[in-house]
This record gives sequence, structure tokens and C-alpha cells, in this order.
Amino acid sequence: MSDINSNIPEGELTSKWTKFKSSVPLVNPSNKRTIEVIIVGSGLAGASAAATLAEMGYKVKCFCFQDSPRRAHSIAAQGGINAAKNYQNDGDSTYRLFYDTIKGGDYRAREANVHRLAEVSANIIDQCVAQGVPLAREYGGLLDNRSFGGTQVQRTFYAAGQTGQQLLLGAYSALERQIGMGKVEMYTRHEMLEVVKIDGKARGIIARNLITGEIERHFGHAVVLGTGGYGNVFYLSTNAMGSNVTAAWKAHKQGAYFANPCYTQIHPTCIPVSGDHQSKLTLMSESLRNDGRIWVPKKKDDNRKASEIPEDERDYYLERRYPAFGNLVPRDVASRAAKERCDAGYGVGASKLAVYLDFKANTERYGRIEASKSGIHNPNKETCMRLGTAVIKEKYGNLFDMYAQITGENPYETPMRIYPAVHYTMGGLWVDYNLMTSVPGLYCTGEANFSDHGANRLGASALMQGLADGYFVLPYTIGAYLSKEISVKAIPTDHPAFVEAEERAVGILNTLINIKGTKSVDHFHKRLGHIMWEKCGMARNEKGLNEAIEEIRALRAEFWSNVRVPGIVGELNPELEKAGRVADFIELGELMCIDALNRNESCGGHFREEYQTEEGEALRDDENYAYVAAWEFKEGVNFELHKEELKFENIKVAQRSYK
Amino acid sequence: MSGFGNAFSSSIGKKFIMGATGIFLILFLIVHAGINALIFLDDQGLTFNIGAHFMATNWIIRAGEVVLMLGLLAHIFQALRLTLQNQKARPVKYAEYDGKANSKWYSRSMGLLGTLLLIFLVVHLKDFWVVSRFTGIPTVDANGHEDLYAVMKIKFQEPLRVGVYVLAMVSLCYHLLHGFASAFQTMGWNHSKYNGIIKGAGVWYSIIISIVFAAMPIAIYFGIIQ
Amino acid sequence: MSTGNMNLTLKVWRQKNNNTKGALVDYKLAGISPDMSFLEMFDVLNEDLITKGEEPVVFDHDCREGICGMCSMFINGRPHGPKDLVTTCQLHMRSFKDGDTIVVEPWRAAAFPVVKDLTVDRSAFDRVIAAGGFISVNTGNAQDANNLPIPKMQADAAFEAAACIGCGACVATCKNASAMLFVSAKISQLALLPQGQPERYRRVQSMVAQMDAEGFGNCTNTGACEAECPKGISLENIARMNRDFASAKFISEETV
Repeated sequence: MSDINSNIPEGELTSKWTKFKSSVPLVNPSNKRTIEVIIVGSGLAGASAAATLAEMGYKVKCFCFQDSPRRAHSIAAQGGINAAKNYQNDGDSTYRLFYDTIKGGDYRAREANVHRLAEVSANIIDQCVAQGVPLAREYGGLLDNRSFGGTQVQRTFYAAGQTGQQLLLGAYSALERQIGMGKVEMYTRHEMLEVVKIDGKARGIIARNLITGEIERHFGHAVVLGTGGYGNVFYLSTNAMGSNVTAAWKAHKQGAYFANPCYTQIHPTCIPVSGDHQSKLTLMSESLRNDGRIWVPKKKDDNRKASEIPEDERDYYLERRYPAFGNLVPRDVASRAAKERCDAGYGVGASKLAVYLDFKANTERYGRIEASKSGIHNPNKETCMRLGTAVIKEKYGNLFDMYAQITGENPYETPMRIYPAVHYTMGGLWVDYNLMTSVPGLYCTGEANFSDHGANRLGASALMQGLADGYFVLPYTIGAYLSKEISVKAIPTDHPAFVEAEERAVGILNTLINIKGTKSVDHFHKRLGHIMWEKCGMARNEKGLNEAIEEIRALRAEFWSNVRVPGIVGELNPELEKAGRVADFIELGELMCIDALNRNESCGGHFREEYQTEEGEALRDDENYAYVAAWEFKEGVNFELHKEELKFENIKVAQRSYK
Repeated sequence: MSGFGNAFSSSIGKKFIMGATGIFLILFLIVHAGINALIFLDDQGLTFNIGAHFMATNWIIRAGEVVLMLGLLAHIFQALRLTLQNQKARPVKYAEYDGKANSKWYSRSMGLLGTLLLIFLVVHLKDFWVVSRFTGIPTVDANGHEDLYAVMKIKFQEPLRVGVYVLAMVSLCYHLLHGFASAFQTMGWNHSKYNGIIKGAGVWYSIIISIVFAAMPIAIYFGIIQ
Repeated sequence: MSTGNMNLTLKVWRQKNNNTKGALVDYKLAGISPDMSFLEMFDVLNEDLITKGEEPVVFDHDCREGICGMCSMFINGRPHGPKDLVTTCQLHMRSFKDGDTIVVEPWRAAAFPVVKDLTVDRSAFDRVIAAGGFISVNTGNAQDANNLPIPKMQADAAFEAAACIGCGACVATCKNASAMLFVSAKISQLALLPQGQPERYRRVQSMVAQMDAEGFGNCTNTGACEAECPKGISLENIARMNRDFASAKFISEETV
């Protein structure tokens, strides 16, 4: 059924990557010096790739829209990074990480890619520690681990609640080192607006200098997009304000397939929306579910304060429904369960769109342990709570402070209120085993590609994938392509393809400025987000999706006739930047709905209400939908479906159960 | 300065000079205040004059005096350079700047306090140092030593001079309150187990030194010591 | 649109670009909710300005959860406003009162030239890191992570130094526009770890030289940087940097 080739190497699953590495063609050092690689994005996937390729000897140009590569949104990842190190001696292995990831992704990921990810996971930790990333340690001086959703081992490495920050700063320092040595040219406050294709191959980009507004042309023998996810299509998400799909979408319009766009991860533990003014949502790390118990009142519309609701009137619904994994079920399951309770009228807080995340039981438990450590026998409750609070503070202090800051409530005293929010997008540009898109020479890494997480990503796996792609996968696989490009001299940027691509980019900018309508960009973005959240969010159905497609098309027409973008092109103009991004989000939103409508099953982050078991669990259709939906962009805003069949030869496909 | 490169011209190098000369001056003040305190023996300044005589005649002390002057000049010169550089580092000032929210006023006003002290030093050196070293002390005491004590008793009869000296010692106190701990920080002598001691010692030192100095003119003016 | 009832007067620095002079401009805002973040209040202002056909205020921001270090407003004389240990994006309007006048300026330092309105250029920080804020280890050269035990206390101290988000509040608040807290935090992180030892004395010399070349002022130990740092980076790092600098210049034979 596949009509696209994923270029997975032959052979046993466990030896594919090793064999590939030892047989991939190499580029000799003197040729590397003349080969130029463009990397767009400086997050974990982009910065690690840029640094590694430069270390290998390639000439690298790296672009980011922020004022420094250190600010890419990978920095906001809190919880941790998985690696099959088995340091805890709890039976972990490469196979188990592979298995957990495939199962967690609801059997919609490629076996070969995921196994490779599990294989290199351990190298990532080694590399980061060597760079001076201060991961958490035990008193013996060895690395500490915590557990995360969807697994039964402790394989998550972390640096307090700032793991993403520390890993990114590691990659950033490696990148800055190469910049300092003149091997990477860094372009900050630059936004990629077009991919340049010559004879079918990606040969460069058009970028806008965001400070001056000037349009620049840049040549590269290959182009790598590490531009992150598209969760901001929902307007409200945990993504940074600037996170966008533009680079990936422009590539898509130039022939790169967009895969599984409907797979959206809704993170279960976010701070609930407080009003219309809200500009973004804040995540409370999944690690909190290690020690927090999630509950709602057993009585509908219970307006009592949390502290006034006695124990036997609380419904710990995750522990009730999923006794084996309890509060540590995967994100999609936890999110849907919260939505189910709130929709049924058991929600808490003013909006009734929230559930409690309660640390009391574990605070007391920790307190008891601390008391016995310091020789206090039969401690009273206050002593336990006091000692336990110190432990909780040590583990999650910064998260608790953040919660208090945003809500004005003290989470040490009252349970946190949480609700699911858009967090991560498993979909993205389709790539083959080599991380190359359907456009030769155009690569895609990290969250921007669709590859490793199937229909649902497990916690602490995004950092793992971003760094795996950038440090250990792409630097090898890109050699396979570049080894055939050594005779290609740098193409001058006055080539007609560059001129034409620049005209396309400038045309869009001028059009946006000249509409001079009446509504701001945010106005359209909010409306798009509303449609997406209501009809293509945590639960979808055929009727809603059909409506959404119509509404989005109408919104697109209205946007292009009535948006107001102040200022001019030739200056720092954030409204113009936003306008370009929202224009792309509107087109992507339509494709997400089309994809969701096409997939007549429920799996992972894609829940179609028509397809569920009697207990309300996701019901997959492996017979008809065990494929990657890779969409090709067609003239106008139309899309053609290509299918890559997913074969499971090493894992028995089963209904996912966390009961 | 081949091997040392920018050891002293870099921002941290300049701080080292400030810190090191500061610590040197702090040590000097102990000696100075110690000898001054001899007047409180109330022996007509006999012991005090012995001290003064020793300070004026011992060749090691005289050599040290040169070092002291050089240290003082380095401290002043470096401070001026740093101040000018620091002003260049922020060419456009804030319309609203809430310094008290995050630091002590005297920490932000070391330049001003230092300038006041410099003005005072000119007065003070003219009053005593120039007299004892160059123009000569007119009388001798019972031991036959130059009677610096007598000079002092005359000078501190003038209320204006006493006022200037006391105010200068207030400046000195605040200058030291910042300077003492700051010198340690600059030299990198920061240790969680000793920081409290350094801070405490700095506060006590600043207060005691300033009080001892200020007590002399006050005591003489009000006739507390004869 | 907004749901609150606070009325505010804003005095906001407007400056077209680095070649023009700027000035504080007054804006009146009504209906601000205490639950809004400070940046969401600016969103409301900008929406108003766009509707009126005026140019919105340009300000840096991205993650809006206090970690990317992009937001950088000098609010009523303090970087990131009146609350300790938060960034501008985490500051909420409940920290202000109805009827308040709020002065908002960009970071001011010769090394951070204004780009537009409240946006400044902090690339000097990147150049300081590029001068030595790294451990020279190429990808693929690492030994097993647990082959190198690191005492927890040391690892924790390195982490605390590494928590710096590079926002530049330390420079902004320092009366001398000194960058020593930022630079020392990176130097300390790496100096505290065994992995950082081989380049320790080289690093401190290169980074300090680059810091000086960028035109930052000198540290006078007022402690304002530590007090205003949204991540609580300690002055101890500056002492450690000074110590390492002295060792590098006077004891080690390494010259840079």
C-alpha cells in the first residue's frame, strides 16, 4: 500500500543502524570544507546538528528568529530526557525503551527509527555530561533518575525542572564554540521565508533579516529544518509566542510531504485558562505526576473548597480507571480522562474546566521518611507535613513558585488546579530513515519532523529525539547525500531559482502590508485557535471536522482581505512576522482537520468520538489505518494523500492498555 | 608585560588594584587609629608623642609611607578611571531608577564618599602631616619629643575643623561599610563558612575605626582629655 | 475584551531605531485585569494602538514562562519590575494598583544598543560565550556519563550557576552596566565541574577579555545584580571568577 519509500535499511532491526553507519559513504575532510549546510532553527535539534556538522568540518550557516540561539523553545522543557542506561538496575534496556515508545505512540511510529532512537539515547547522556550539563545527581556522585508517564522503569534524567534549558545551553555552548572558531555563521533575528529548489533539490533559503527587514538569499548544498512544532495553530498552547510552522510549511509548499498533521499532544498538567486576555498556557511538568494525585469531587458541581471535601468524597479517577499505571498513564490518556470528568460536570475552580493535582498524601509520606531518618518516632501530622514540604520544595520548588506566580494561589497549601493544553505536535514534515523529506537535500529534525513518536509522544522523549537527530543521526545520514554532491560548486545566489523564490517571499510580505484591513493578526489567530480547539482538539468527530474545514476556509478568505498589518516591510515589524505565520497556520489548520477526518480511528493524540471502546478508550483500526498519512501540497490550497505503510515485525501490535 | 597580559588593565585587574590597595589602607587605618588612641591615656600626650616620633623617624615607616602614598594614589586614580569607564558603559541614563530596591545607598555612592574623603585628606594632611614632616613642630614635650599633641590640641579648638573631621569620619564609616566586604569579594575571598564573619568584621571595623578617629577632635574640643 | 477594572497610565520608551532619539510616551489603559501578565497588558495596549492606526510597541518576548530570557523591560526603575525572582513575563498585574503610573524603559547599556522601542541587542552575551563558555568536546567523544562521579554539592552549585537565562537584568540594573554576574555564572558552572578543568584558566581569561571588549562597565560589588536576577544567581560566582582570574594570570602559565 505504500507509495513512498522510507529507505529503511535491510536486515535485523537491532543491527540496521550499526550496519548503516559502517556502510554509509563518507565525505573526505577537504571536500567537507567546501560543502555548505544551512540549518534553520537553533533548538536542541538545530543547534546540536549545527555544532556537530561544523565539528565534522562542514561549512555551516545557522538561522534563528530569536535574538540568540540560546532562546529556542527547547529551553522550556521541564521534566527530563529518557535514556536506556539502566543505571537504576530496574530492567531497562534498549528494547524496552523502543517498546515503550512504540506502544506509547499507539503503534503509529516506524520501528526502525524508534529502535535507532533507543540505541543512541545513552550516547546523548554521555555527550551532555561531557559538555558540562549539570544533570541531577545522588550523594554518591552518580546520575539520578525519575520516572515518567507510560513506563515502568526509571530512565528519565533531569536537571531540576529545567532539563530542557540545561540541555539546550549545552548544545548552544557547543554551537557558540564553533561560531567562535568561525566554522558556523550564525544569523540571529532571521526568519526563513522560502526554500530554494534547483533541479528538484533544496539548494538554499530566502530569509528576512528581522531587524532591517531586508530579504537575503543563502545557498547551501543541503538545508536542514529544525524549526519545532506547530502547536501555536491552537493560539493557546504551551509553545513560545514565536513558535511557528512557517519554515516547515514553506517547505511543504515546495514539495515536502506533511505527515500525520492531526496528531496533537494535549498535555494533561497545565495551568487552566483564566480569562480572554490569556496569551499562552503554562505547563506544569509531568514529573509532578510522580508525587501528585489527580482527583475531582465525587459529587457533581461541588462548590466546596478542596480542603473541605473529605477523602471518601474524592474520585481519584486515574487510579480508579488505570490501577496499574495510576497517575502515571501516558499523556493522551490522562488528558482525555480529565476532559471526560469535566464534561460530565465534575470539574473544579471557577471555570469548572480543571481537576485537582494534590500533593498532600506524598508530602506526608516523604515527611514520615524524613522523620524516621532523623530519628523522630511516631511523628505527628504537622511534623510530617513540615518535613515533607521541604522534600517537595527541593524536588519541584521552581514549578510550585511558577504556579503561585501565575495563579496567585499557594500550591503548598491548596491542591493545584490543572487542565490539559496543547503541548506538542507529533506530526510534521515527512522524512525517510535518513531524516530527508520528500525534497532531495531538504532534511528535517526534531519536533518539526513526524518521525519517532507515532500518535502520542511519551514524556521526556522530545528532548531525546531532538538531540538524537542532531548529534547522532543527521550527521551520519546527511553524509549519504552530500557524498554525491562534492562536485557541486556553490551556486551563486543570482540564479533564477533564488530570484523567483525571493519574489514569492516579497510578494507575500507586500500583500500582507497592503491589505490594510480592520482586524489585527491576533484577532484571526484567536479565531483560528478557537475553531481548532473546539473541533480538532482533544476529541474530534466527523461533523465537527467538516464544519471546521468550512470555517477555516472562510477565515482564510477573511484574513487575506481584512487583516491589518501596521508599519512597513523594511523595519523591525513583529506584526508583519506574526501575520506571515498566522497565514501559514490557517492553511495548516485546514490540513489538520482534513487529516483528522481521513483517519477513521482513534489513536494516541487523535481521538475520534465515533471510534471508542465501551469504556471510552481509543479504538484503533490497524487493518485500514496502520499507515503514515503524508500529504502533498497541491495548487490552491489542496492536498493529496500518500501512504507509508507501517510494518510491525518486532512488536506484537495490541490494544494499548494501562489498566 | 608579556606573561601577565592584561592582568591589571582588564576589568577584574582594575578591581584587584582597588581591592588590594583598599585592604592595605584598611590595615594602615588600624595603625593610625591605634596610635591616635594613645591620647586617651590622658598623660599629656607623652605616649602619643613617642608613637608619633617613632612614625616620623623610623626609616622602615618612612619607606612604608611612600608605599602608602602610592597605594592611596593608585586607589584614587583607579577609582577615577573606573568611574569614567562605568559612566561610558551607560551613555543613556534611565528616566526612573530605583536603586534602593536592590542595593545600599553607600554602595552606590563610593565615588561621592571617596571624593569627600579626598577633600578631607587634603585638609588633614595640611593640618598635621605637612606640619610634622616639613614645616616642623614648634614645641617639644617633657620627653623632648616634638609635641604633635600640642599642635592637635590647638587645632581642635576650632569648631569648624572639629565639624569637618567628624563629618569626614561619617563618610569614612560608610565608605568602609561597603569597602571592607567588597575588597574581600573582589579578591575572590568568598566562602560560605566565612562570609558571615567577614561581613560582621567589616561592620564592626568600620564603626569602631570611625568612632575612634572622631572621638579625638570631640574629646579635645570638649576638654574631656586635657 | 478584557475583564478587569484597573486603570493605568503607562510611560513607555518609544524609539524608532538605533539612529534616532527616543522619548517616553504616555498611554492610558482601562479595564486591565489583575490576572493578566505584564506582557498581556502590553498585548492589550498594542491591540488598542493597532485599532487606532498607530504603531504598536515593539518588545522582546517569547516563551512567556520565565525561562527563555527574551523579555526585558525596565519597569518603574527595576529590571523585570517590582517582584523578586521573576521575569517580566511572569509579573502579573496583581502586583500593581488601580490608578498606578508605570514607567517602562528598555535595558540601558552601551553594550546593549536599543534596536527599537523596548527591544535591545544582547548579542554581546553570545560573543562572550563564544569566547570560551564551553567545554571543547566534539560529539562522539564522550565516555560513559557515570564514569565521572561528581559530588552532589558541587553538581548542585554548578546547576545553580547554570540556571542563568541570559536575560541581561544584571547588566540593566547595575549602576555600572557591568556583565560580571552573567559572565561569572558561566565561568563558575564550568569551573565547578571536573569536565571544565582542562580549559579552566584559558576560559576565564578569554571570556573576561571579551566581556571587556564589549564595553560593559566594571563591578563595584553593590549586589544589585544578585538582588534583581530572576534566577537568583549568586554573587559568589563573581568571587569565584575573580579568584580564577587571579590564578590564571598569576599562577597558571597559560596565557591567552
